[in-house]
Amino acid sequence: MLRVDIEKQLGEFSLSATFTGEGRVIGLFGASGAGKTSLVNMIAGLLRPDRGTIVIDGETVDDTAAGIHVPTWRRRIGYVFQDARLFPHLDVAQNLDYGRRMNGLSPDPAQHKRIIDLLDIGALQGRRPGKLSGGERQRVALGRALLSKPRLLLLDEPLGALDEGRKLEILPYLVRLRDEANVPMVYVSHDAAELRQLATQIVMLKQGRVTSFGGVKVLA
Amino acid sequence: MSEISPAEWTAILLSLRVAIIATLVATPFGIALAWLLARRDFWGKSLLDAIVHLPLVLPPVVTGYLLLLTFGRRGLVGGFLADHLGIVFSFRWTGAALACGVMAFPLLVRPMRLSIEAIDRRLEQAAETLGAAPWKVFFTVTLPLALPGVLAGMVLGFAKAIGEFGATITFVSNIPGETQTISSAIYSLIQTPDGDAAAGRLVIVSIVLALGALIAAEWFARRATARLHGN
Repeated sequence: MLRVDIEKQLGEFSLSATFTGEGRVIGLFGASGAGKTSLVNMIAGLLRPDRGTIVIDGETVDDTAAGIHVPTWRRRIGYVFQDARLFPHLDVAQNLDYGRRMNGLSPDPAQHKRIIDLLDIGALQGRRPGKLSGGERQRVALGRALLSKPRLLLLDEPLGALDEGRKLEILPYLVRLRDEANVPMVYVSHDAAELRQLATQIVMLKQGRVTSFGGVKVLA
Repeated sequence: MSEISPAEWTAILLSLRVAIIATLVATPFGIALAWLLARRDFWGKSLLDAIVHLPLVLPPVVTGYLLLLTFGRRGLVGGFLADHLGIVFSFRWTGAALACGVMAFPLLVRPMRLSIEAIDRRLEQAAETLGAAPWKVFFTVTLPLALPGVLAGMVLGFAKAIGEFGATITFVSNIPGETQTISSAIYSLIQTPDGDAAAGRLVIVSIVLALGALIAAEWFARRATARLHGN
């Protein structure tokens, strides 16, 4: 499903990670500064590894030895950032439709409706991102990523910018997503409780190294 | 003060034509350069930046003279364009447009560059993760978000172009109906006995045009801020 074997030097910090993810939700766990975001950015193609390979869904998207580096926009991934990064000049409906337009996909009303219902964002469609609450923004960002029909969804601390109440508001949507959306995910968090609820497999990162790997039990 | 005479109208309309053409032709180059300076690092970037700003600090007569040497009938570029493409700049209104475009360029590029620099690059990254190729990112995210700055640059460039005097008169002289813009008409009128009233009318026209442009630029700048905040 997802195979990562990379090395990357970032200033003083060295990142070296090897793992194979098979589960529906790979939880990437570690303290801030452990290299989680750099790792996810490499899977997304936003950052280039110094050495190694990344394979998504059987396709080699990075192989430094063979000189392969598939650019981000051709990786068919979805990425939900901590700060939703909705396009401020587009309304919610246009944000949701962006990935479909860019990928030249034909409209899929059934999928569109399913995801909008799943995330409860139907009522927000005409609004501008500036008029949304933090939780609403994050739900729209999830919808936007899913509607581009990614083969892998990357979520980098999607709840990190929200307060406790908002987190509890979004978490059920993520659980539903895991169970119903049928897209494998890489979920980055420094919150063990969050990952216990969501992840099916854990990759634990400490100072740029994978220290444990396995089921949710490794969080204990 | 009496009405604007036909000769004055000729100068006003010529100025408008020269400034509009200069602005429209300079805009794509301005956007490309603004993007380059805002988003790319390359060898010679500071030098390029300095060259773009040169017309702002050089005496306009120097810029006009350099244009004459380069784009005149016997100039390196001017000769080639005249012989091969039939485009002549010297002593033509097109030359006035070229001079105005060059003089206005630094003012035109600056707001464009600032507005591109102000765009959160992470939005462009987000667009890439959604499958947008770099040129699509530019046209669907960068340019729309920079649009108020692009328009502000066009307005400022237009205002500069319509008031340009030194480089224009040096390069294409002061021929009524062909290269005599508002500024050169005023210059001629104040050297003519009884030209004061006509000069006064053109001065008022200049002030109105310049003020209008500044107010428009300010309005676009405020729109830009609102747009970047997603309201």
